[in-house]
Amino acid sequence: MRKSWKCLAAVLLGASLAAHAISPMEFDSPEQRERFQQLTEELRCLVCQNQSLADSDAPLAQDLRREVLEMMKAGRSDQEIRAFLVERYGDFVLYKPPVEPTTWLLWFGPGLILVIGAIGLAVAVRRRSRAARQTDDGPLE
Amino acid sequence: MILRLALPLVIFVLLGALLFAGLGRDPDLVPSPLIDKPVPAFDVPRLMEPGQRFTDGNLRGQVSLLNVWASWCPGCRVEHDVVADLARNSGVPVYGLNWKDERSEALRWLRQFGNPYAAIAHDPENDVGIDFGVYGAPETFLIDAQGRIRYKHVGILTPEIVQRELLPRIERFKNEAS
Repeated sequence: MRKSWKCLAAVLLGASLAAHAISPMEFDSPEQRERFQQLTEELRCLVCQNQSLADSDAPLAQDLRREVLEMMKAGRSDQEIRAFLVERYGDFVLYKPPVEPTTWLLWFGPGLILVIGAIGLAVAVRRRSRAARQTDDGPLE
Repeated sequence: MILRLALPLVIFVLLGALLFAGLGRDPDLVPSPLIDKPVPAFDVPRLMEPGQRFTDGNLRGQVSLLNVWASWCPGCRVEHDVVADLARNSGVPVYGLNWKDERSEALRWLRQFGNPYAAIAHDPENDVGIDFGVYGAPETFLIDAQGRIRYKHVGILTPEIVQRELLPRIERFKNEAS
């Protein structure tokens, strides 16, 4: 509830500043626009934290998009732009978290739980079918 | 038999404890990667005396606080008394970073509520804010005498936060310097 109020406030504020704040983004080429779209979709808006930088209307997102485009025009690579943002905002600004010891549980945890669950299921099924076979081998057979 | 019954219960209790511990934490908080790093270089006009500059150099030589605020920020109004109190009683200068704000609006806000800041950097285009990893207002940075960011508080300052987090650190960092 708190988060969506903050988000709503940010978007309304952004809309109210629209008269002078938003300048349409000027791309040097369709390739640049494509690259910009790709990159900003992989970055997180820190105000509306469930949105990508590409989608968010929050004023901070506009600032960061402007910054990303300036860096692209200055010849920086995607990796350098990501590094610039991570240096200031931390790994959280990357929508796709890096694979590091601190995030192994995040990346491999679900798969691990699935495997454990499957093993558990196999063991339970085998146990049950063994019990069923045992009752089958009765004196009446 | 008892072990098989107890295992799901144990897992449930452990999971419950883990989730309960998480209830008190704010999911919106983004930890700053700038802790223990030097303040970023910057050079902007002062809000009160636009002919003069406020730079990273002003944040070296003594322990100081940098408070990010704006006239459109309701939380800044809420914490204003706490900030003013810090400026008076903490023994360290409290500088302001006027963030994404029009100068006329900022000056009006200061006239209305009072100006607690030793000096205010004017950052209307979020040039400085981005380099400090600012993602909202208010935020407050505690900077040591060498100009390193040592602590950051995101959100409204309260007397409890000041007592618990800021004052002990201010004391510690002042002693480091001497």
